[in-house]
Amino acid sequence: MTKLSTKHLLGIKDITADDINLILSTAENFKEVINRPIKKVPSLRDITIANLFFENSTRTKLSFELAEKRLSADVVNFASSSSSVKKGETLIDTVNNILAMKVDMVVMRHPNPGAAVFLSKHVKAKIINAGDGAHEHPTQALLDAFSIREKLGSIKGKKIAIVGDILHSRVALSNIFCLQKLGAEVMVCGPTTLMPKYISSLGVKVEHNLQKALEWCDVANMLRIQLERQEIKFFPSLREYTMLFGLNKELLDSLPKKILVMHPGPINRGVEITSDVADCNQSIILEQVENGVAVRMAVLFLLAGRN
Amino acid sequence: MMKPRIILDSKHFEITVTRLCYQLIEVHNDFSETVIIGLQPRGTFLAYRIQKKLTEILNPSSVRAGKNIINCGSLDITFYRDDFRQKELIPNATEINFIIENKNVILVDDVLFTGRTIRAGLDAMLAFGRPKDVELLVLIDRRLSRHLPIQAKYIGKTIDSIASEKVKVEWKEIDGKDKVTLTNC
Repeated sequence: MTKLSTKHLLGIKDITADDINLILSTAENFKEVINRPIKKVPSLRDITIANLFFENSTRTKLSFELAEKRLSADVVNFASSSSSVKKGETLIDTVNNILAMKVDMVVMRHPNPGAAVFLSKHVKAKIINAGDGAHEHPTQALLDAFSIREKLGSIKGKKIAIVGDILHSRVALSNIFCLQKLGAEVMVCGPTTLMPKYISSLGVKVEHNLQKALEWCDVANMLRIQLERQEIKFFPSLREYTMLFGLNKELLDSLPKKILVMHPGPINRGVEITSDVADCNQSIILEQVENGVAVRMAVLFLLAGRN
Repeated sequence: MMKPRIILDSKHFEITVTRLCYQLIEVHNDFSETVIIGLQPRGTFLAYRIQKKLTEILNPSSVRAGKNIINCGSLDITFYRDDFRQKELIPNATEINFIIENKNVILVDDVLFTGRTIRAGLDAMLAFGRPKDVELLVLIDRRLSRHLPIQAKYIGKTIDSIASEKVKVEWKEIDGKDKVTLTNC
């Protein structure tokens, strides 16, 4: 297995377990690279990459940009808030205009599910999905898998609980696909109103009691409550959510074994997890961020190598 | 297809590696200011072999104690290649757990062919610091096939070959025997 089966990274659902393993093993090499005194390699010096962010992002955007720069690619950035999108330009027109400036790869975040798939069918460039609505966020799932593998040795047979707002979360969906392809058992936990109706058809366990979910799992991935997507009330109050589904130190310490705590960021401190949990030694939240750069370098490197 | 021609059998292989070690000792004395870096994937076998042999010659007591007095690492050059989009390449591990700043570095590879791997190796090495001096050691030098102005200082054996021929270096560690053959494919 030396190359990916796909020309774009649109979602974890479309790629194979071999693809995921190839990306993760290449990321190990890049993790070593980004810990060198000189963190830059010349692999993509002839490639131009456009980062199109139609939705706000700090971590993913910075992480992609750093990954691109450490591979020596030329980078152009685009944020919809300061662009002609506001004047009514369509997505294809915007992207084709950017491609006319000879761009080889596009990293895109968009509020609409399927935007990346749509783009890949209409423009000639390699597309990397950096999050499309509530659909997928493949690089987040890959870096989560990388972080778990790094800490626990392997993913096969491990039990992972994804806790929180499953309904609005692209991270949850990509994580479920990724972890299942690698042979893990996945449980989702959250209030009934934030649970998609057909979630169990994906082969995941569903639990509504946080204590039980945490007792079962080896790793807890605490998702962010997406306050911006709660157009109707899904739970009575944040306070109630925190009491039922928030992870605090007392609960963490009461568990029979030491579990790993993950969070894709940005953290609502005191809502889904408390500050002392986020900063404790079982939390690998900052390692996830470091691994994010290495994993994104691997994705860019492998896709650029595909003819 | 021609029958493979043996360039080095296991006995001559051993003699050649030993000779290279003595040549190194002539220049580098006790190796206190010198480090060895083998290029991945197959130059590392030669590098570690030389490290072991040098330790046996210079300080046999440390061999018994299981210690290596000579720094030796492996360097992967995949991300520095000029042809990675023409063929699929899998990176290997890089392990350089010592300082190369102001040291004499001996870059080690099994076969010197076009010189492109060494060019990438030099670039990759500079990411770890600025060495005082860099020398190249190879087991086999295919002297008529160079694309770049790169020469080795220490050479196991020089051969004249054409581009369509292939030099195969086998290592006891993974192939079961030490042998170098030339095949026409």
